Amino acid sequence: MSPTSSSEDLKGDTARRKPGRSGSRSPLIRFLARRVLTALLLAVGITLVTFVLTNLVPGDPVSANLGQRALGDPAIVAQWRAEHGLDKPLPQQYLMHLQGVVQGDLGTSQQSHRPVMDDLAESVPATLELAGAAILISLVAGVAFGVVAALRRDRLTDHLLRVLSLIGISVPTFWLALMAFYVFFYRLQVTPGSGRIDPTMSPPPQVTGLYTIDSALAGQWDVFASAVGHLITPALVLALYTIGLLTRFTRSAVLEVLGQDYVRAARAKGLPGRVILFRYVLRSALVPIITVAGLAFGSLLSGTVLVEAIFAWPGVGQYAYKSATTLDLPAVMGVGLVVGGVYLVINLIVDVLYGVIDPRVRLQ
Amino acid sequence: MSLLAISDLKVSIGGKEILRGVDLDLRAGRVHGLAGESGSGKTMTGLAVLGLLPHGARTSGRIALGERDLLAMPAKELNTVRGGEVAMVFQDPATSLHPMLSVGRQLTEHMRHHLGLDKKQARARALELLGQVRIPGPEGAIDRYPHQFSGGMRQRIAIAIALACSPKVLIADEPTTALDVTVQAGVLRLLRGLCDDLGLAVLLVTHDLGVMSAVADEVSVMKEGLVVETGPRGQVLRDPTHPYTRALLESLPGETS
Repeated sequence: MSPTSSSEDLKGDTARRKPGRSGSRSPLIRFLARRVLTALLLAVGITLVTFVLTNLVPGDPVSANLGQRALGDPAIVAQWRAEHGLDKPLPQQYLMHLQGVVQGDLGTSQQSHRPVMDDLAESVPATLELAGAAILISLVAGVAFGVVAALRRDRLTDHLLRVLSLIGISVPTFWLALMAFYVFFYRLQVTPGSGRIDPTMSPPPQVTGLYTIDSALAGQWDVFASAVGHLITPALVLALYTIGLLTRFTRSAVLEVLGQDYVRAARAKGLPGRVILFRYVLRSALVPIITVAGLAFGSLLSGTVLVEAIFAWPGVGQYAYKSATTLDLPAVMGVGLVVGGVYLVINLIVDVLYGVIDPRVRLQ
Repeated sequence: MSLLAISDLKVSIGGKEILRGVDLDLRAGRVHGLAGESGSGKTMTGLAVLGLLPHGARTSGRIALGERDLLAMPAKELNTVRGGEVAMVFQDPATSLHPMLSVGRQLTEHMRHHLGLDKKQARARALELLGQVRIPGPEGAIDRYPHQFSGGMRQRIAIAIALACSPKVLIADEPTTALDVTVQAGVLRLLRGLCDDLGLAVLLVTHDLGVMSAVADEVSVMKEGLVVETGPRGQVLRDPTHPYTRALLESLPGETS
């Protein structure tokens, strides 16, 4: 065989790329930088949207915050408006708002008379702990159930899991929360009641704001046990929908990958079944799974509002409800910003995970 | 000497007979072509050797690799034969390589599993293999991913993967069908060369009689799950005895050489 015999298909590859290994690392960094930059631009967009939407609300913060007598005095009203920058044109108000946001100042809540930042610093970790626990539970359970259902396709296990996931998807979260509270706390008394920890305990020293992690860090194991006990029921309630969703998606994703040529090729190589499942099948299936998980996290956040109300969980959901009903505009904007920011971070994580899992994404 | 002997192989899926008693004999250093139209059972014959038939397939007959019957072999033992003694190259390298695993990973994982090599040894062997299938710059190629190669290069990589554990038998299922015509010849020449150099027994499944005439030593023609004609290439292609073979040859545009 002469070396030139296959020059046609040798050329195509070498001409396109430089040889050497140096190219393998920097594309990932370039990919990450691009995503972060996009996220920053979107963050500015979020501030604009929350600002505009909040100011479009047909309601006057002046009348919501000043008493009857003060409202009758134009001088006081004008002074209050000037104090809160409401006398300036909207674009200027937005720039002032943006400047504040950059400096970490979200204004003062007209309701609690505390900086919105401080209010959020208390409620955001509570919600993150609840939602984070729920998404963790749903990822582990949903993916495991989905894989099992796919591998046992059309057998009893598959049918049982199908029924379970359909129940998870169709049962309304608020009803489930009420039932769980009633059955496990009131009737069976196996779970602790509302709140984040036992009312007789004081919260652990704040590091992350997540009681479970902070108490473990401080070595306060009784507080840790109480925090986990309080967290588990609302987190499970919140997770059930996402578990059902992820089970269905994982099952179909795994089934699709199982039919791929490269899985048959892996079998032909004599690789053990567990290597084929984890290295070949799950890796590919993860792409649609994390897409759904990212979207599910969004629905989970909106679910927390109801679950927080029923379990008296002092999170963002409760804070948002209170500030919206009192037209506490700085607080509403703060919540909007935080929720938008969380979505942004989730999307960023999902994007980065695509790049980590799939070389075709990062090596364009 | 016969390396792999298939005798009276019958396969049925869901009550439908796919193979109705196939006999084939593969020898070291010989390329055995298996021709026939789509649905004649060529690919199923290849898959049956490695126990890769679809779920619910029922088999009978004998596939003898030396003294051992692959059909009667327990799953665990069959797994050591797969990729170890009998390897396979699939039709479309765009789908038969995992898109998210590096070439090096896919080249070395079964070597490490079957041969117990460590990372360094496996990598060294992988580089050697890439050179053997004429991938330019193996050092750079080994850390890249399948999508960074052209179709012909991918099929060469798939062949390198198949050769990694020094198999005795190579089953190539339409290895050039998905490639450009200009690239096909290179891949076929490579297969032929490897067969001669390594003393491989190759089963070349193809519907393309042109491909067949270029590289096969023996040719078998299949129709509806049966081998209707077997013999040396020259005899089968020039002087076919079965009317179906004649019909196949006549359907070619122009004359075969």
